[in-house]
This record gives sequence, C-alpha cells and structure tokens, in this order.
Amino acid sequence: MSGFLVRQPGLLSLLHDRGRFGAHKLGLTTGGPLDGVAFDWANRMLANDVNATCLEISFGGLVIEAQLDTSFVITGAVAPCKLNQDLVEQWCTHDIKPGDKLEIGFTSAGSRCYLAVSGGFDIEPSFGSSSTVLREKIGGLKGDKLQAGDQLPCISKRLSTHCYLAAADRPKYSDFARLRVVPGYQQAEFSPLQQWRFFNSEYRLSERCDRMGFRLEGETVHSDMVGMLSEGICHGAIQIPADGQPIVLMNDRQTIGGYPKIGAVIPRDTATLSQLSPGSRVRFDAISIEEAHNIHCLEQARFERTSLQPC
Amino acid sequence: MRIEIAGQNAFIVYFAEQTSAAVSAQIQAAVTNILATMPHSIVDLVPSYASLLVIFDLDRSDHFAVKQQLRAALTNLDGVDASAGDLVTLPVYYSEESGPDLETIAANANIGIDDVVEIHQQQEYRVYAIGFAPGFAYLGEVDERIAAPRLATPRQKVPRGAVAIADRQTAVYPAISPGGWNLIGLCPTRMFDPDKTPSMPVQVGDRIRFSAISRDEFIDQGGKL
Repeated sequence: MSGFLVRQPGLLSLLHDRGRFGAHKLGLTTGGPLDGVAFDWANRMLANDVNATCLEISFGGLVIEAQLDTSFVITGAVAPCKLNQDLVEQWCTHDIKPGDKLEIGFTSAGSRCYLAVSGGFDIEPSFGSSSTVLREKIGGLKGDKLQAGDQLPCISKRLSTHCYLAAADRPKYSDFARLRVVPGYQQAEFSPLQQWRFFNSEYRLSERCDRMGFRLEGETVHSDMVGMLSEGICHGAIQIPADGQPIVLMNDRQTIGGYPKIGAVIPRDTATLSQLSPGSRVRFDAISIEEAHNIHCLEQARFERTSLQPC
Repeated sequence: MRIEIAGQNAFIVYFAEQTSAAVSAQIQAAVTNILATMPHSIVDLVPSYASLLVIFDLDRSDHFAVKQQLRAALTNLDGVDASAGDLVTLPVYYSEESGPDLETIAANANIGIDDVVEIHQQQEYRVYAIGFAPGFAYLGEVDERIAAPRLATPRQKVPRGAVAIADRQTAVYPAISPGGWNLIGLCPTRMFDPDKTPSMPVQVGDRIRFSAISRDEFIDQGGKL
C-alpha cells in the first residue's frame, strides 16, 4: 500500500493514536501522544477520527516523500516546515502530490510536532492501538521508531476546502510552565512543610526526560514513608524517590511502582510539560478536584467552540 | 477500604495495609464487579498487592460520577462470584548453569542447592500483580528460608525465562532485560508472546506451581541456554 516513504527519520518519530487502553492487565503501558492537545487539533483540522494515527516528531529532522495525492497538517512545536523548497505554515492544512518532499526541520519552540494526514496513517493495531512504545517493542511499524526507508501507508484523500487555526488560538510554547496538580496517592505522607517546599519551589527539567517520565531537579522533598507495596501508577503521577527529586510519569511509564507519589499533574498540563526541553523551569500549583473538573470542561468547550478559519 | 484520588482521571482503592491471598481475592472480586457494573466509563484497571488503580475516561464520565459508581461497585464484594484463579504449572530447569544465584541463596540459608530447588517448588504462589514490563508477573510468597534481597548491582542482561527471587517474591522474566533479582533457573514457557492469544499464560489471581525439568526437557520445550 502506498502513502509516504521515509527519507530521513529524524531523532525520534513515532506513530501514535490516542493510546493503548485496557492492556494494563498484561503490563502494557498506555503510549499515545505526549501532547494530546496538539494531536487532537491535527486530527480535527483534517476532519479525521479522533483516534486516527498521527506521527509524533520529537525535536524534528524528518523528511518524507509522498507517493499519492492527499492533504496534511503539522501542529505542535514550532519548526521550519518545507514542502519541496517552499516554507509551509503549521496549523494550516495543505495538499501534497506524488514525488513531493515534506521536511520538518528542528524545533525552535516546543519539542513535539504532530503530522496528520487525511484519514490517518493506516497502521495495524496491536492490543487495540497503533501507538508505538519502544520499551515494549509494541505498536507502530514493528514496535520501532521510524527508520529511513520505512513505508507509511495511508489513503489518498484530498480536502475540498483548506483551513487554518488562528494564531491567537494556537498553544504557545515557552521555557517555563505552571503545572496544575491534583494532590492524591500518598500526599498525606508528606508533612505540611514538605508539601509547602514542593508547591513553592521552582524545578528545572533534567537531561533525563523521556516518554516514560520527566525527571526534575530542585528543592528536595521527602515523605514519611518507610517502604510501600507496589501499586498502579496513573498518567501524570508525581513520584518522589529517595533522592527527593520529583519525576512526572508520562505516557510510557511502568504501570506499577513502589515510590511515594504526591499527586498527579492534570492531562492538560502534562501536554504543556512534554513540549518543554531540558533546562526549562516549572512550578507546581495544587488545585482541587473540582477545579480540575472545571478546567477540563472549559477546555473541552473551548476546543469545540473554536472555529477553524477557511484559507 | 479507602478510595483515594490518584489523578484527575483515576482513583486508587486501598484494600489493606498488607497483602494476603484473602486481600488479593477481594481485589479480584472488585475487578469483576467494576467491569460488570461500569464498563463504559472505565478504560483500565491495575490490580496490585493491596490496591486497585481505577482509570476512567474523562470524555465519558467524571470524577464525581465515577466515585459514586465505584462506591456502589465496592460494596458487598463478599457476594461476588470472582474466579478463584486457574492453577498454572510452569516448568523450570533449575541448575547452577541456568541459575547463577542458586549457590549464594543456598549458602546464605545454610542449606543445599537441592533444598533451595525443593523449597521453591513446594509453595503454591499467587499472581499478585503484573507490571514492570509486559508479562512480568509478581508471584508471592516465597518461603522465608529462600527469600533473598535484590542484588546490590543489577545485571545488565537477564535472559528471557529466568526464574528469579527478590525478597519474598518470585517471577519469570518475560523478555531479556536488566534485572536485580536472584536467578535460580530457566523456564521454557513464554510469559509474554504478543503474537499469541492469550498473550500471557497467567493473569492476576491465578495460582502458580513450579515443577523441575531436566536440561534435555528444557531444550525439548524450546528453551535456549
């Protein structure tokens, strides 16, 4: 089946649908796009199914060649994108024809770009999902990241009208973020002083940030726990190991673990976190579950009400 | 039983402070009941030693509705007809060749290598949790005499099928990986095969027995040294 041919795979380009759900009983993690917001926009702009498979391009460096007529959009991190020799705008749908070369250069603000094509990439699901998890060698093309020479199958489907997302409606990527946290899990095992330190300190992203977890550096935090039974870990959970340096657990996290957790970053803000690079700074704000509920509903409504502009 | 917030889209239910077969059975009953009564809002469940992580879909439900349903699903668990778990026997080639830490465990316990092998087979284990890696089943509890702490320096490469002990837990490594558990033998049964249905021979709540096989039987059953 034709689609796109990978000329240069980039540093870390992975096929993802929204993620693998219902497979934790086998020890399989969720996977899925680190920035679900940019991912959802990409599929919406092409009128794709919400779960259609896109390409998550971390840090850029991808070159692919079209083998058919179709339409595409690139959302997420800011990167120079070229169709043949011409710069093309992100957050705007475009047509592509056989022989055209699409290049996504290195990211300058944000870390993850999302490339969607009309109808999504056609990837055989494993355990109900196309999401690639390298650690498990599951999903995508043989469980691996893109390699030069890979074939990305999709259908030929051109949009009849093109659209873009107004600049004011696009997410902004910077090197600082406030992350909202719903306290939970072993929160009560952290003394008021330790919690105060955690929620009033600035943390830096370490070099060790990947799809499993983002390790932060800053004020140390300690709990009163002495050993605990391993338990299920949810997306965004903030684990604090013995060295007192927090780790925000992301899409490819291990499903169970035995370190104390102070709560979890809300999904909206793990998306923001995933766009930051090492050295960026974050602060944590505790919010109630009611506030988290409100934020989710408002963001959902905003997403649905924001209209796309015709080109 | 305590229901705590795990995150915006997840609860964690604590059933007890410590694990036991009874606690594990109660968690299995909860899994059965939750899947039966609230199938549309739940996206995943992670049973573990004494807890159950309940993850729901924020697009289909919310914290407040799920909490109410969860409370209802967790009452009267005694009446739930949860499976007692299948009994699965896993063959093991125990030897110093296939289990490089057998000797240390025997020496620390002041018993012979044969005794370690015998004691490991005497117990019926329960699958308390699956995680760490696809197909990695945490089995408990190991007889105290052969319980052994994790290695100070984990091995870079533990072979697939390695049968191992850490404290009072035992497991079979489903794939080649780094690992800090004490290795006592090799099992030819694949613990995780993505191309097979089911992809795992065991699930949480099952009962496991280990049974010694010879080197030849190990090779015959597809084992590799």
